[in-house]
Amino acid sequence: MHERSLSQAVDTALRHSGGRRVSRVDLKVGALRQVVPTSLEFYFEIAARQTQCERGAPRPGTCAGARPLPGVRTERELGAAPVFLCERCGAACDVVAGDELTVESIEVEEGAA
Amino acid sequence: MHRTTVRWRRTPSTPNTTIARANRADFDRESVRVVNLMSAPGAGKTALLERALADGLRDPRVGVLEGDVRGSLDADRLSALHVPVTQINTDPGFGGECHLDANMVRSAIPELPLADVDLIVIENVGNLLCPAEFRVGEDARAMVCSLTEGADKPLKYPLMFRTCELVVINKIDLLPHLDFKLERFVENLETVHPGVERLLVSARTGEGVDGFRDWLVQVAARAPAPA
Repeated sequence: MHERSLSQAVDTALRHSGGRRVSRVDLKVGALRQVVPTSLEFYFEIAARQTQCERGAPRPGTCAGARPLPGVRTERELGAAPVFLCERCGAACDVVAGDELTVESIEVEEGAA
Repeated sequence: MHRTTVRWRRTPSTPNTTIARANRADFDRESVRVVNLMSAPGAGKTALLERALADGLRDPRVGVLEGDVRGSLDADRLSALHVPVTQINTDPGFGGECHLDANMVRSAIPELPLADVDLIVIENVGNLLCPAEFRVGEDARAMVCSLTEGADKPLKYPLMFRTCELVVINKIDLLPHLDFKLERFVENLETVHPGVERLLVSARTGEGVDGFRDWLVQVAARAPAPA
């Protein structure tokens, strides 16, 4: 949906990679970002870059909030249903991951061709 | 020539985020608070604003930025209330953007009467997906969801329901005529966004609209939120 804008943002960030040719970009995109990986890859292809788009594992589920049961600090992954309540005590969950959008690593070409 | 993988942790700043911050700086300079009002098409954003502003809201002084794909039907309705209304169309020809982004709002800032208002309500384009992803420089986000959309909507559009601090449930005058289960909707809403503030209103009859007006007054009195 806004994958083109994200591609541009990553592209802009890469300009600060020391002028080396970047042959691959590894992104981490949280599943709460409404980003469609295939669409993101499509726009990167337009930018003639090889990319590997990874969907970050969302882990909303640290049981915290108003009424946590004592001792419950487990994290769980968000399933198909967007349930942001603790399964055990019903309190609101803290979202501990899933909102991220980061360039994790880049592959650069070095030395003479 | 060889290839090396370098760990290179960066969070890229999208052009939208950068422009949204610039919008916020402009609004803050004039001490104007901004609400981003979102919903599906036909949920009743304009009707809610008509009702809330018609019954007299002079303090704070409110202006409306009306986002539509095309035409000025909504803006015309609101300007009848003698509220300053600025129109943005996202449609350059036939079919336009499904949301407002920070740059579109930026283009309208010179036309906004910032010196004469305390609060701008941005009525976004009707859509439950894309508007949620684009900050436009607002202090607060609210949405309208109407009974006729069905009780399952929070589960289908979790980001929209999570990103808003206020959910206005509209068309409650229709409750006796529909199969809509209000308790089911509230349960779904609580699952997706526990503890979110909600209001039951009928923009048609005016029931509950006081609560929305009070919320606008409260937002206008806030200190600026972090951009």
